[in-house]
Amino acid sequence: MKYEAVIGIECHVELKTASKMFCGCANRFGAEPNTLICPVCLGMPGALPVPNATAVEFMIRAGLAFKSAIPAFSKFDRKNYFYPDMPKNYQISQYDMPLTQGGVVRYWLEDGTIRECRLTRIHLEEDTGKSTHAGSNDGRIAGSSYSLVDFNRAGVPLMECVSEPDLRSADEAVGFLEMLRRTLMAIGVSDVKMEEGSLRCDANVSIRPVGSESYGTKTEIKNMNSFRSVRRAIESEIARQSALLDAGERIVQETLGWDEANGTTISMRSKELAHDYRYFPDPDLVPMEISEERVAGVRAKMPPLPIERFERYTKEYGFNIKQATQLIDAPEIADFFDRSVALSGQPQQTQNFVLGDLSRLANESGTPMHESPVTPELLGELVALVESKTINSKIAKELLARMWAGEGSPKAIVEREGLAQTSDPAALARFVDEVLAANAASVEEYRAGKTNVFGFLVGAVMKNSRGKADPAAVNALLRERLGG
Amino acid sequence: MPANISGGAAEIARAVNAGECSAREMVDATLARIASVEPQVGAYLSVLERQAHERADALDARIASGERFPLAGVPLAVKDNLALEGTVTTCGSKMLERWVAPYTASAVQSMLAAGAIPVGKANMDEFAMGSSCENSALGVTRNPYDLERVPGGSSGGSAASVAAYEATIGLGSDTGGSIREPAAFCNLVGFKPTYGRISRYGLIAFASSLDQIGPLTRSVEDAALAYDAMAGFDPMDSTSVDRAVEPTANALREDLRGVRIGVVKQFDTHKLGSDIDDVYDRALHDLEALGAEIVEVELPTADYGLATYYLIAPAECSSNLARFDGVRYGLRVDGVDVAEMNERSRAAGFGPEVKRRILIGTYALSSGYYDAYYVRAQKARTLVARDFAKAFEKCDLIAAPATSSPAFRFKSKSDPYSMYLMDYYTIPMSLAGLPALSVPCGWVTPEGGERAMPLGLQLTAPLFAERPLLAAAHAYERATMHASKHRAQIAEVPR
Repeated sequence: MKYEAVIGIECHVELKTASKMFCGCANRFGAEPNTLICPVCLGMPGALPVPNATAVEFMIRAGLAFKSAIPAFSKFDRKNYFYPDMPKNYQISQYDMPLTQGGVVRYWLEDGTIRECRLTRIHLEEDTGKSTHAGSNDGRIAGSSYSLVDFNRAGVPLMECVSEPDLRSADEAVGFLEMLRRTLMAIGVSDVKMEEGSLRCDANVSIRPVGSESYGTKTEIKNMNSFRSVRRAIESEIARQSALLDAGERIVQETLGWDEANGTTISMRSKELAHDYRYFPDPDLVPMEISEERVAGVRAKMPPLPIERFERYTKEYGFNIKQATQLIDAPEIADFFDRSVALSGQPQQTQNFVLGDLSRLANESGTPMHESPVTPELLGELVALVESKTINSKIAKELLARMWAGEGSPKAIVEREGLAQTSDPAALARFVDEVLAANAASVEEYRAGKTNVFGFLVGAVMKNSRGKADPAAVNALLRERLGG
Repeated sequence: MPANISGGAAEIARAVNAGECSAREMVDATLARIASVEPQVGAYLSVLERQAHERADALDARIASGERFPLAGVPLAVKDNLALEGTVTTCGSKMLERWVAPYTASAVQSMLAAGAIPVGKANMDEFAMGSSCENSALGVTRNPYDLERVPGGSSGGSAASVAAYEATIGLGSDTGGSIREPAAFCNLVGFKPTYGRISRYGLIAFASSLDQIGPLTRSVEDAALAYDAMAGFDPMDSTSVDRAVEPTANALREDLRGVRIGVVKQFDTHKLGSDIDDVYDRALHDLEALGAEIVEVELPTADYGLATYYLIAPAECSSNLARFDGVRYGLRVDGVDVAEMNERSRAAGFGPEVKRRILIGTYALSSGYYDAYYVRAQKARTLVARDFAKAFEKCDLIAAPATSSPAFRFKSKSDPYSMYLMDYYTIPMSLAGLPALSVPCGWVTPEGGERAMPLGLQLTAPLFAERPLLAAAHAYERATMHASKHRAQIAEVPR
């Protein structure tokens, strides 16, 4: 039978605030274990949480980016369960009044098709510590002789983002996740690094016969450490479920772990025993009132969103998907590009420089483009010089290198050094005649039929003009002088 | 001038600031008093001799260089659920018997900054759950007015220490009456400010939405001085209130002219017995004689207070106490895996009352029961608060008994429910977050007893009205002088 997959994603994203969610400890990855801790994030008796206002602002940013509703009233709840790397044995989370509700992620597939996946909610919570199990062969808890806990991560602000089951393939799931990552990076709320655990995601997967409206039994896949493993895990799970249904068997609702090495999902635990987390409002924290003014203040400072850029670059500017994506995925470069285009009004030429010579110069020097002496304003000037045919592309290339070295305004250089392209017939005639006089042998050869010396003569004229001559005019005049 | 440990805080601070008596001398005199009466009273779980000496010497040096402190050299008893860096902070529990606090509670820090000197960590009912101090797993505290009787609880050690002149100010915490009830039992002023007035940072939580720190003292003035030192917004406690605090110690009154005092119709004192009823009747007459107008007010939901409290407080405690699991600090009893280690540690570390409340609270929050118990209790709590707001339209303060009896004998309340009933008059105010205090109002000789035991009058004010509350209590105290009547009952009263 032909099946359709129904996929929903749940992900946890660590926010890159300077300090943790409820205390002043630094929020930093990779420090020595248990060096970024205090009585609050260790859950010491008597210590109390105080919410991080920046984390709340980051949530508002995320809500605005995904067009979620941002309720005027929100609160923190306690999720109660025992786990040794959770210092208080409850997690401060949000239950029925999250900071954002609803919303939609608009993302594109590799071919540029734009799709949508609705969000259920995004809520704010605190991360747990990290356990390391020692004494077993594989680092798993089974067979280990003792465990070590690092609380540096305990209390790091964590955004939990839950999607509706709107995704229909592994490609869509990956497209959705890539878009989520790009957007959260662009709005500056997270590094979104899967390898450092600042993005962790689970996928809920079920299948149903094509055309069916009801949902099949779902399984939850955990332990996917890269977008590649997300794709493989979902594909593998769809295939496993299809094979089961084709064989007339039933799918069991369970949690599966992705085994990267073997390329299969493994049953972790069945969901028969549902946890009772005994959620209740955290009495240590007063409810949050999010005023319209506060939301408006955040909205006013929102940077351009990747989806907006994608639509502008591909539809208005006519860039291909690769070019558009390349710019969007380097937000500083896209900002640089946008500012420069705003000045010159020339997206294509600007893009040529930004993705071409400027990127090369940045790579060679190790200085990021946006930190180089070439400002968007100066690039705009250069683009305008090229577009007005004041200089040709060769001069432009040279000027760009000089601008990178800190020589400043290209317009000023052109004026100072008289680099403006010339199509003045008298000047051109002088450049051409001088070359013809000095290269009588080549002229002879040309007239004898060896027309391939023409290029050499053009080059000589350009050189003679120190690159200022308009190459098209040079061509025309040279042909005329050589007699066709 | 010799150190006068029976003086008030203002008197001590004046003498120490003036250099008439050093803080060191104050501390030594207090430590001597502790050494002499502790074998009978047992107020402290630990005496902070070395720390107190260090602080006294540092304070004396600063005073010598010209600094002045509002509570200079005032000996302080700190309830053992308040963190004081470098001291064992037990909560009266085996779970924390050896836990050394790595930081200091904000309220304690404020007292230190004002010049007070902690001399000991005071005994308490385990995790502040109890009304007699009998639930302490670590020691027995006796009522200095009759060693056969309990000091009250849960701040029983703080109360006994101040009553026995082992400290001038005791810090306690009040969740449902844990300052007011022991104050009444020990002939003291016990003051619970408005919820949010004093930071809870460093107070080991029992029920976060109810817990409030406050002083136990031998006079209203001392309570006001302690309150003035501790009240105010603390960025470390997001439930503390960011609102201006007016000093109270300079606003104490001598009369009650123009003050309307409400008497709660539902709090019928006849049922407490004629001796007790007479004391409270007399108290109302004394208030009237001071110029107050007595009016009747109603608290129709007051009767639901106890039931409401015994859902909300255990629910919060079941979650607050989850952190005591043997993993990071406190008692650990090993097991084959983490879950067994958690279970064994908690089984061995917590006493029966704590376990009872964790069970009740876990049940009340469970899926399927949450709406029926916790949510309804929160609604009832709102109604109680609303009743008070309505009552305060007709009066400025409410007068009520602090307890339904004087201090009782050890082991006489073996049934948990009869113990819970001790807080009948104090719980509604806690649910509403209101400022309330108990002030000595007379004596009764309990049936079968030989000694007179004190009773407390509870005065309650609207939210944030600590100033008029203390002012009125002061006027009543000065006019009646009940507290000084039977001080001779205390062993070797210092003179």
